[in-house]
Amino acid sequence: MSTGLVSVAYVVASICFILSLGGLSHQESARRGNLYGVAGIIIAVGATLASVDGGVTAIVIAVLLGAGIGIPIANKVEMTQMPQLVALLHSFVGLAAVLVGFSGYIEPLIATAGAEHTIKLVEVFVGIFIGAVTFTGSLVACGKLDGRIDSKALTLPGRHLMNLVAIIACVFLGAWFLGTDSMALGIISLILMTVIASVLGIHLIMAIGGADMPVVVSMLNSYSGWAAASIGFMLGNDLLIVVGALVGSSGAILSYIMCKAMNRSFISVILGGFGQTTSSSSAADSDQSVYESSADDVCEELRNADSVIIVPGYGMAVAQAQNGVSEMTKILRERGVNVRFGIHPVAGRLPGHMNVLLAEAHVPYDIVLEMDEINADFPETDVVLVIGANDTVNPAAAEDPGSPIAGMPVLEVWKARQVVVLKRGMATGYSGVENPLFFKDNTRMLFGDAKESIDKLVGGLRG
Amino acid sequence: MKIGIPKEIFKDERRVAATPPSVHKLIGLGYEVVVEGGSGEAANYSDQAYEKVGATIAADTTSLWREADFILKVRAPMENPSLGKHEVDLMKEGAFLVSYIWPAQNPELLEKLAAKKITSFAIDSLPRISRAQKMDALSAMANIAGYRAVIEAANNFGRFFTGQVTAAGKVPPAKVMVIGAGVAGLAAIGAANSMGAIVRAFDTRLEVKEQVESMGAEFLELDFGDEEGSGSGGYAKQMSDEFIKAEMALFAEQAEEVDIIITTALIPGKPAPKLITAEMVKSMKPGSVIVDLASERGGNCELTEPGKVAHHHGVTLIGYTDLPSRMAKVASDLYATNLVHLLTELTPEKDGQPLVNMEDDVIRGLTVVKEADVTWPPPQPEAPVSPKPAPGTEEPSAADKAAAKKDADRRSLIGKGALLVVTALALYGVGAHAPESFLQHFTVFVLACFIGWQVIWNVTPSLHTPLMSVTNAISGIIVIGAILHLAQAENFAVGVMAFVAVLIASINVGGGFRVTHRMLKMFRR
Repeated sequence: MSTGLVSVAYVVASICFILSLGGLSHQESARRGNLYGVAGIIIAVGATLASVDGGVTAIVIAVLLGAGIGIPIANKVEMTQMPQLVALLHSFVGLAAVLVGFSGYIEPLIATAGAEHTIKLVEVFVGIFIGAVTFTGSLVACGKLDGRIDSKALTLPGRHLMNLVAIIACVFLGAWFLGTDSMALGIISLILMTVIASVLGIHLIMAIGGADMPVVVSMLNSYSGWAAASIGFMLGNDLLIVVGALVGSSGAILSYIMCKAMNRSFISVILGGFGQTTSSSSAADSDQSVYESSADDVCEELRNADSVIIVPGYGMAVAQAQNGVSEMTKILRERGVNVRFGIHPVAGRLPGHMNVLLAEAHVPYDIVLEMDEINADFPETDVVLVIGANDTVNPAAAEDPGSPIAGMPVLEVWKARQVVVLKRGMATGYSGVENPLFFKDNTRMLFGDAKESIDKLVGGLRG
Repeated sequence: MKIGIPKEIFKDERRVAATPPSVHKLIGLGYEVVVEGGSGEAANYSDQAYEKVGATIAADTTSLWREADFILKVRAPMENPSLGKHEVDLMKEGAFLVSYIWPAQNPELLEKLAAKKITSFAIDSLPRISRAQKMDALSAMANIAGYRAVIEAANNFGRFFTGQVTAAGKVPPAKVMVIGAGVAGLAAIGAANSMGAIVRAFDTRLEVKEQVESMGAEFLELDFGDEEGSGSGGYAKQMSDEFIKAEMALFAEQAEEVDIIITTALIPGKPAPKLITAEMVKSMKPGSVIVDLASERGGNCELTEPGKVAHHHGVTLIGYTDLPSRMAKVASDLYATNLVHLLTELTPEKDGQPLVNMEDDVIRGLTVVKEADVTWPPPQPEAPVSPKPAPGTEEPSAADKAAAKKDADRRSLIGKGALLVVTALALYGVGAHAPESFLQHFTVFVLACFIGWQVIWNVTPSLHTPLMSVTNAISGIIVIGAILHLAQAENFAVGVMAFVAVLIASINVGGGFRVTHRMLKMFRR
């Protein structure tokens, strides 16, 4: 296949990828978008295969083996495990970038000289650096999301200094790498840098707590894109550059949206350690009392309600209560109750996590609304069910300027006539901030495991 | 300790201070409960219902009063005509009492209670703070009164509330004006609105406008505005003669137009203001109705006859003073719940022994007699710090804020400027020194970033997870690079690395697209 035809195929593939992302703007067109993506990758791989001279057997074996591993995993994974899977897949892109980077250094596809050669070396170096950080960082994120690693933020003394030292060391290694003419020395410096970047990736993500994971995962998504783009520069391959840029900006935008939703700067999230130092603000008034409620009372409330808003949080995912919630929604809707869902942008551990869980449980997506769409409706709502959410419904964010989460946009559930909070106990949320919602006069607490409580409600509503 | 629930003896009082569900909760607090036979009858609660939840029924009135250590009542204790004795005299010395007492109007009752060492809680003296809302019987009753006022009006009104177009002709909707948007006023607005009437409301407090509108009424404002100065300062000044004149003109104008007027205007510690003159009543359409919720305090309308329904100039004037009692069941339910909340506060140990903690603002406010001492009025709570700064200080603070904002603006402008300069320098560096081939790729890269930026902002937030997994899958495009290396690998190590890279990138591509497909399939209406 001529280079001209390959280039054209790459252009078509790029367009397919852009259409693929564009398709995701609506649920209706999203599936078509995914097919565009598949088409794009098949065109790209097919054209590449047609253009290479040898090694086709090895390539085909590797591709089929990879797909043969990936597709069954994707078929098996539970929707609650999506965050882990996404993080794991990010780490693969990072690792691939490292490997391709090394290959590109040892056996360059195009011979270069002079300034072009220097630029290429920089690209190799940057590509491997980002790839290594993405690789180990994503593995740690995956471990944290999976519960294999303690999801608390690990705060070593002087951790910012350590990160800074690591980055400076990498810069020096980079200078050495550019300066040397010997392949062996170059490889040594590359390996050293890879090790340092890997440790940096681990340490960076270890310092970030569980509920900041939406930002972390989006950030790693972005990194994996930039890694692909820098490898594209290294190979002089525009397709990789385009796709890398698309993915990189997608991740960057998602991180930005998540940070906005927590009213925190990107830097403060990345530097980590949130939620550790703020326990003092829990000096709540001693005379505050919570009203405990029973499943029967909540059933009664729901039966008499005209409009209900359900606000799920990570706790719903942990308790696997989404199917019960869906069942309850169905029963209530059959009774003519206007049931809707209010989703905070950072609910769960992945952007859009709650939407996927609810979709899996067959909740129609047109009643699942975003925070901005539903916040104005709370005053006219009879009952709000808060299931496993805490910081995202904390009135202190709106009312108490001294609170650590002040200014974070929250779902204003307390404006509804009645709020029922399903919760295990009185523990604070991720931010460690006391939630005054629990002490409001119109709040009832329904303690216990969310799944069991929901099942009781479903039973009560049926009976 | 034994709680006694006597039958109310005030004329036409149908409410009762405890209902079977509330008795159940009182027993849960460690009390025993004695109920006078027939207490709940008017509120549709039989003696059997009380017995079923564990109360005992007293043999007769005197024995109930004699036995009980804690009396829960609705109306203030009064002379019992059939026994010829005052209810306070029937009580045990040193007992407790909760009821309406109106301490300001009944100083001699307080003396009488103190003489018998009866610790008395006046539910009407509850401090109106948010923690005490669950015990606020006045609000609970006002809510009922507001609702009932609309029902009484409808009952005496010869038309529908809602407008209808029927085969027999068109019926216009009723127009209702509510004066005073307190709890009762808002309840009346809500009830009238839900029956389909056109509702307007007036209140001297402009801050209730939002509440009025949220209940579905139009808020009537005086064309008085200019000199008021956007609501700063107190209201007392604004209630000048001029204001009242404008207000009366508004009412006169409305009276000609509306079909129903519900008045709820009260000024604490004063007779109700006269807002509807005989002249205005005369100007109303025949068949119109006025419900005067202030009639107990003299009425807002000149022609109101407290406790009665009067007819003047073809207008029905309802002056009932017992509207909550006319809905005895719900009124008893709510009142009883208020009292249970109060008793819960009084009995923190749930051991049936009340603990009068005079340090607690709520309990301090409620307690009008403690043993032999009259403790009314309570000391004024420390004046809350004024939320609004004094007018003099407001100006500089606003200026400060503006200055701070300007400062922040300037800083962000400097930041943006710096960023622009750095970007320009970087671009210059790239343009001046980088080779042609790099620049081509660089162009593609920058344009792709912009396309990504545009496309991603359009993605609906509910699809963010699929977005992540699909971008994940397509970032597996790095497989292309790995394939190119694998195809021409000469070094064995490079071959292995490239092979592994192809393998894991393929996992990514296959897994990513597959899981996205699975997720998207689940999204359905």
